[in-house]
Amino acid sequence: MRLVAEADRCVGCQNCMFACARRQNEVGLSKACINVRSIGGLERGFIGVVCRACDDPPCAKVCPTGALKLRAGGGVRLNINKCTGCGYCSDACLIGAIFWDDEINKPMICIHCGYCVKFCPHKVLRLEKKEAIEHAQK
Amino acid sequence: MLKNDPLANILYVDLSKKNFWVDNRQDLFEKYIGGTGVATQLLHEECPKGCDPLNAENPIIFAVGPMTALFPLASKTVAMFKSPHTGNLGESHCGGRSAIAIRMAGYGAIVIKGSSDTPLYLAIHGNRVYFRDASSLWGISAFTVGRIIRENEHGAGLRTIMRIGEAGEKLVSYSCVTTETYRHFGRLGLGAVFGSKKLKAVVVSGKRSLPISNIKQYRKVYDEIYQAAVTSPAMKKYHDLGTAENILPLNELGGLPTRNLKETRFEGASEISGEKFAEHYLGRRIACTHCPVGCIHIAALREPYEDEAYFYKTSMFSYDYEPIYALGSMLGGSDTKGILKLMDQVETVGLDVMSTGVILAWATEAQERGIISGKETKGIKFNWGDYNAYINAVRLIIEQPNEFYKTLAHGVEHAASRYGGEDYALSFGGNEMPGYHTGPGAHIGVLVGARHSHLDNAGYSADQKSFLAKKQNSPEELAESLLSEERWRQILSSLVVCFFARGIYKPDIVLKALKSAGFDLAIEDLNRIGEEIHKEKYRFKIREGFSLDNLRLPKRIFETPSPLGKLDEKFIRETIEYVKKTLSTVGV
Repeated sequence: MRLVAEADRCVGCQNCMFACARRQNEVGLSKACINVRSIGGLERGFIGVVCRACDDPPCAKVCPTGALKLRAGGGVRLNINKCTGCGYCSDACLIGAIFWDDEINKPMICIHCGYCVKFCPHKVLRLEKKEAIEHAQK
Repeated sequence: MLKNDPLANILYVDLSKKNFWVDNRQDLFEKYIGGTGVATQLLHEECPKGCDPLNAENPIIFAVGPMTALFPLASKTVAMFKSPHTGNLGESHCGGRSAIAIRMAGYGAIVIKGSSDTPLYLAIHGNRVYFRDASSLWGISAFTVGRIIRENEHGAGLRTIMRIGEAGEKLVSYSCVTTETYRHFGRLGLGAVFGSKKLKAVVVSGKRSLPISNIKQYRKVYDEIYQAAVTSPAMKKYHDLGTAENILPLNELGGLPTRNLKETRFEGASEISGEKFAEHYLGRRIACTHCPVGCIHIAALREPYEDEAYFYKTSMFSYDYEPIYALGSMLGGSDTKGILKLMDQVETVGLDVMSTGVILAWATEAQERGIISGKETKGIKFNWGDYNAYINAVRLIIEQPNEFYKTLAHGVEHAASRYGGEDYALSFGGNEMPGYHTGPGAHIGVLVGARHSHLDNAGYSADQKSFLAKKQNSPEELAESLLSEERWRQILSSLVVCFFARGIYKPDIVLKALKSAGFDLAIEDLNRIGEEIHKEKYRFKIREGFSLDNLRLPKRIFETPSPLGKLDEKFIRETIEYVKKTLSTVGV
């Protein structure tokens, strides 16, 4: 399953950000793997920045230590012990969905658990089955 | 409170010396919880007796509370200052992203002291504070300055941008501070205090984790509050039509101030109703941070340019009950486009919309009665519902080209003391009236409320209860109900939760939530603290010359019948006397 967002419905309440932290038994925003911000002013609406479970994720491709592996169902899994905190993954993600844990200097990436979906009051976020697309074989 | 909670940190910024420091004030938070409780103490500490509100000595205090960023709907920041509008206690609340940003930056409160010689804005990013030159931003509208700062600072999605427009720069005593384009520290003139310090804006951002006493228990309480917030019928109205839903029922009841309260039913009510705005203009709904409700209603107004065919601009404005009352029925106007264009003007310059509407309503009646003429108004002919005239007048309140507009820039009471027409100058405790002529409770509530706001003690709600029960309270009962509501609201605004969520944050929930933040309190403690904070506010008010004796009551409220009948001055004076007596028993 992967997380998808219909950003036009978003009211910018950011409950998903707090939910993400809470799922990790944290309070606040420093561990949130999703960010909701305005498109240059609240009058224009919002975007939700979160891992979109790319079919062929560049973050995993550029990881020099193999710490990022494809996750079954979409997205990536971080093996934190292998990660050196080089930040290549963050540079490679054009949508900015690799968040950073400043305390341990390692990336934080959505694991598509769907906890935030429960706290999205306006049905912006939902979990969806990822269809298998084999880019490499095309 | 929890020992390692950064809530105890108070950031002090001195604009004169361009320096800053942090003090740990766990003592204040332990005793007064946060928000309004802590801000009141800081005002006592920082604001010298008798100081000029527009002098460098007047502090600006922002405070949040232990619930902020922990629980949903704890989304408000309390601002405290000495008001240039009333010359007394200044307190205003605002949502947007302000509260979460301050808490996530690592503070429970921010105190801004001193004054700058040249325009600047403050950028507070976590533990870093930058004094940025704002010479190039001076004179720029409250809308645009937000856009510019947004581009120049980091922290998108995690920040608040509080700023003033020209009204604050020109020291209009009822100018506001706008945050996130659509929310305001509206009442009592915080904008002018910013302006007097040459402070154009304050941006705050941060991201952190907060301590919690028992994570399992916390998550349980969180889910309970969240579920209540998204399922409770008490929240539904804010979410659907928003506060503008109140226009039609108040009109039907005969409590909607119309044409400077000459009437309480407006023939154009259906045109300016929440239903009408939703049907024709509602373009988007947005929410404050950590609030699932999303009560902020944004109207989209498409206007053609007259000089070119098929050439349009589309502007977005937030609307609510109070702005529609103040710029609509109070000004006798049902032209919704006109109302939105006037709202645009008010927002652009950064004025408090409620005060502005009441002042323009007074000016219209004053001209109608001939106490002012085209000479004073510089040729403007105020007519009920003539929005072009009102839009021009707002411009002149900012430019202040003559004595008349200089006077209007200081509020309706000031204007009436200079030109006459006190009987229909609708201010209470020096603050222009909110949109309720529901009975004696509404006006007494604003008069005796510590910040002369309808939200102090919801007197209009006491009236509604009397109306439904078909029984008017005795002065003693009314005084008691207003005081107990105001004391409880000291707790809500110390936590700091949105008053719209008062139906969810009942005492038992508040106690459970506070426990998660390490406050082990009982209901008796909350009652005691609420009473204490209220008393502390009154202590400040009395220090600065406020008295419950001889409060000005505009004659108009006795002339125009309310849903509870014609108001009786004796009843009102007696109720105020009971408030005074009760306060004196606790040492005020």
